[in-house]
Amino acid sequence: MDFTLSKQHEMAQTLFKEFAENEAKPLAIETDENEQFPRSTVDKMAKYGFLGIPVPKEFGGQGADILTYVMCVEELSKVCATTGVIVSAHTSLCVDPILTYGTPEQKAKYLPDLASGKKIGAFGLTEPGAGTDAQGQQTKAVLDGDEWVLNGSKCFITNGKEADIYVVIAVTGKVEKRGKMLKEISAFIVEKGTPGFTFGTKENKMGIRGSSTYELIFTDCRIPKANLLGQQGKGFNIAMHTLDGGRIGIAAQALGIAEGALERTIAYTKERKQFGKSISAFQNTQFQLADMATKVEAAKMLVYKAAMKKAEFQTNPKVSYSVEAAQAKLYAAEVAMEVTTKAVQLHGGYGYIREYEVERMMRDAKITEIYEGTSEVQRMVISAALLK
Amino acid sequence: MKIIVCIKQVPDTKGGVKFNPDGTLDRAAMLAIMNPDDKAGLEAALRLKDQYGAEVTVLTMGLPKAADVLREALAMGADKAVLVTDRVLGGADTWATSTTIAGAIRKLQQTDKYDLIITGRQAIDGDTAQVGPQIAEHLGYPVISYAQDIKVEGDKVIVQRQYDDRYHVLEAQMPCLITALAELNEPRYMTPGGIFDACAAEVLTMGRADLVDVEDGNLGLNGSPTKIAKASDKVRKGAGEKVTPDSPEDAVAYIVGKLAEKHVI
Repeated sequence: MDFTLSKQHEMAQTLFKEFAENEAKPLAIETDENEQFPRSTVDKMAKYGFLGIPVPKEFGGQGADILTYVMCVEELSKVCATTGVIVSAHTSLCVDPILTYGTPEQKAKYLPDLASGKKIGAFGLTEPGAGTDAQGQQTKAVLDGDEWVLNGSKCFITNGKEADIYVVIAVTGKVEKRGKMLKEISAFIVEKGTPGFTFGTKENKMGIRGSSTYELIFTDCRIPKANLLGQQGKGFNIAMHTLDGGRIGIAAQALGIAEGALERTIAYTKERKQFGKSISAFQNTQFQLADMATKVEAAKMLVYKAAMKKAEFQTNPKVSYSVEAAQAKLYAAEVAMEVTTKAVQLHGGYGYIREYEVERMMRDAKITEIYEGTSEVQRMVISAALLK
Repeated sequence: MKIIVCIKQVPDTKGGVKFNPDGTLDRAAMLAIMNPDDKAGLEAALRLKDQYGAEVTVLTMGLPKAADVLREALAMGADKAVLVTDRVLGGADTWATSTTIAGAIRKLQQTDKYDLIITGRQAIDGDTAQVGPQIAEHLGYPVISYAQDIKVEGDKVIVQRQYDDRYHVLEAQMPCLITALAELNEPRYMTPGGIFDACAAEVLTMGRADLVDVEDGNLGLNGSPTKIAKASDKVRKGAGEKVTPDSPEDAVAYIVGKLAEKHVI
């Protein structure tokens, strides 16, 4: 077991850190304040290949690995969690399922533009009545000649209106399983601009306010038959497997938020003076910082381990990384919430002021305990594996 | 078109400069980066590559660890990397350094023809601005220093050379050498894929034996005419004496008195 980063990961970390500091950090406050999608940063990330990090070169990607992608989301999220989740949703939830389940034609058609960032990806699973319970899906897809006809809506979709390519989950019929009639669920690739595909309301959120979160509406939306992703009826598995990967991205986002808050708190407590000395001289501050740093480090180990496990899956598809991903996301998200809350407390009154940014980090952290499977779902996944 | 860019690994002064007890730089305690002027030179070469399809070779002289800046340059888009490293080359001043680099370039020229050599104006650790022009002198090339803009037209380069209050537009026949200013451009970032390729790429390593047309007497510490007698941290001057004379005449009389007192006049 080796805890030392390889040369390429060290260099990648330096790259992402520099990029985040120079490009994402200066825009973080206005991105949050104005709910502004950071288009200029996304364009720059596209230019430098950040939107195709784990995609093989044959599809126009960078040919790097999952850990490199995780480090990218982590470093971006240290300074701006909105920017982090844009990369995460695009890569894990749209690029990854097309790469894993796409036909050669689908890969050739969609991956080069997605990997180069010319097009942005999104994923539509959640519906008003189907969040954690994916079987509650109402969106339907019916085959009509050479086309699938989609009807229904998806909500809380990250990269919603800014994306160009969407992986959408829909009900395609009913199947009998162990004497029960269950919904047959399939996955599809839908392009922006397809007639019948429109956007509903933009969500006004607590955190990650610059990410474009929209409702997707399908009204007799006809897509080519060839846009079925994977086999018909395998949509549930595709969605669950995609979320396993997505959780590693969100875990990396949570880790980055926690690290960012910790860094700022260390700097602030050294600077801030009360009772004639810097507050870092008080044992309460010291012990709080020690606990925060230890938890952040533990979260990092879980996140990096999950990334390594997913990399293993890519060479051996029998490997499952579901539990590792759930553990990484569960722990990193809860650490992010705890560390940002303590960061605000250690900043005192200034922590409550937007300019100091830790309050934004606290708002941003909360979603990591909810999306791509709540912490409760992660506990279900982990315990199910323990008790099977 | 083939370009050689000479780059140097220098201590990062951003986190503050650290010294050994003997007054020399504590390089181990500081992060190492690619010298900013050199990075601008590399970016200029990469832009020529983007525009004209040039091949860019980066070359550095230093400890084996200096290969890090070569990998960074490869990850930014350079095509080939050369590390000149040898114990006998250590402790070199600007003369011995430029002699070494010229010897390495002559070696490369045995198999390839290079049109342009770009160096940074100066390194942030030594600040001499001598190595670039000296390399040109050794190779018998024209040199244009302090470039703030570089254009290529046929077999000529057209360069804006920066001055304090103006710039000169100079044209030179290639092959020639240009020294670049950090203000020349904003260097690009590495790419993740570039990093992976750079770590897998081979760095050509040269030692003393590979250098062409150089004499031992001009290499390393022994071949360096500059001897550093003593290095010390800058001693801060006191605030000095402040006086507020009533009139210009009184001020002049006071200053003249002080100068006479110190036997300056």
